[in-house]
Amino acid sequence: MKALSPARITLIIACALVLIYLILPVLIIVPISFSSARFLTFPPPSLSLRWYQQYFSNPAWMQATQVTLTVAAFTVLIATPLGVAAAYAISQSKLRIMRFVHIALLLPLVVPIIITAVGIFFVYVRVGLVATMPGLVLANVMLGLPYVVISVLAGLQSFDPAQEMVARSLGMNRLRSFFAVTLPQIKSSVAAGGIFAFISAMDETIVALFISGGQYQPLTKRMFTALRDEIDPTIAAISTLMTAASFMLVLLASARRKNA
Amino acid sequence: MLALVSPALLVILLLIVVPVGWLAWQSIYHDGFTLEHYHRILTEDVYWRSFALTFEISLLVTVLALLLGYPVAYAANAVPRGWSVVILALVVLPFWTSVLVRAYAWLALLQRTGVINQFLRYLDVIGEPLALVHNTLGTVVATVHILLPFMVLPLYATMQKIPNDLMQAGASLGANPAQAFFRIFLPLSLPGVLAGCTMVFVLCLGFYITPELLGGGRTVMVSMLVSRNVELYNQFGAASAVAVVLLVSVLLIFVIVSRFVSLDRVLGQK
Repeated sequence: MKALSPARITLIIACALVLIYLILPVLIIVPISFSSARFLTFPPPSLSLRWYQQYFSNPAWMQATQVTLTVAAFTVLIATPLGVAAAYAISQSKLRIMRFVHIALLLPLVVPIIITAVGIFFVYVRVGLVATMPGLVLANVMLGLPYVVISVLAGLQSFDPAQEMVARSLGMNRLRSFFAVTLPQIKSSVAAGGIFAFISAMDETIVALFISGGQYQPLTKRMFTALRDEIDPTIAAISTLMTAASFMLVLLASARRKNA
Repeated sequence: MLALVSPALLVILLLIVVPVGWLAWQSIYHDGFTLEHYHRILTEDVYWRSFALTFEISLLVTVLALLLGYPVAYAANAVPRGWSVVILALVVLPFWTSVLVRAYAWLALLQRTGVINQFLRYLDVIGEPLALVHNTLGTVVATVHILLPFMVLPLYATMQKIPNDLMQAGASLGANPAQAFFRIFLPLSLPGVLAGCTMVFVLCLGFYITPELLGGGRTVMVSMLVSRNVELYNQFGAASAVAVVLLVSVLLIFVIVSRFVSLDRVLGQK
């Protein structure tokens, strides 16, 4: 171990402070959610589960949760196959147009989300998709596609296409060789892409603010509205649950990636 | 092969190309062609101020994110592998927490009766609670927090590719650690700096949730102009024109930056 120079100590302290800044806000919601106080007091006077009870017993929150989970599930089911097919074609094809296709599929990450949201709202108004389930799912499929494409493309980079050639030379057709040879080897990237699409749909707020309504409002929209009015610790309970869900999903995704 | 990409392309076409095209059309056409909305952006104070404020805040956020992010990326690159995994995990975890959740957390920390004010009063450092939120300060603090991972990850990726031998070679030729850092390491990490700064700046230009929830209505960023014109005033044409100007700014930045670093580097992080 090298002796610690002043520069090194400064670096360690700076790094530690920034990491605290990064992680503290994520952690602070946990004690707030277990507080018994109506108003924010820290440290909490005593622990209670009242905000969790409040959340689970409120039909509006439960309906919103159901909408969020349904939208996220359908998003994964649609965005994953579309993204895998597109990533496979981009990586295997030598057509020059594929470069543009690749860029086009990353557009949802490039266009500011507020612009996408307003644009989709205008189009949905015309075609009657505002405040509907299919409308929400479609928008989230679009937003989730880049995550699947990026993840699967990365997985395909370490895959040797010669293997698929071998399978085909042995008489499998393209489709069968893809499912028998290629897919098993990239399945962890596919799973990771799907998981990221799920989290993206679960966390998506801005598009939902514009296009969702009535009984089809996801959790994030109701949370946003509640936050604009008053700060209710129920939000802390929901936030804690959402964060826990995200963390578990990310751990799952990275564990799968490591196994590959 | 084209058949395989067409479903995904169709989704992109219908849900982002057509909507954005529609916006652009609507910004110049309403019962005949008009440049009225763009004229308003150029002449009316509200619009000017909002665009100026948005660029100012984005610049400030980018500089702060670079100052905070560089040491973290540097440390993650320099420490043994076990530690760098810990550092990167702490950077990435907030990344996958909903922006809304983090905005709420910052409200809880910064408001008048929030954690920080209570703590400072407990220590008797302050008599009156500080106004930490519902202003530009709160917006900047929370926005830097949300965008910091977009700075650290490209920086780290670039630093990883800088060979250690170069620093050792510099040292063997007589450079002290500071010289080796400023004349070898820092210049070689510049592509990462550019990639990180671009991503943070561009994302900040279009930020909506934090300024809306933490800006207290005074920090009107461009994204809020768009949403207010839609939600409050039903001014679809005006909203569209503002959106088009914002989008053109973002695309211009990407085009200029792509001449220096590959866009994959900028975008491929999340």
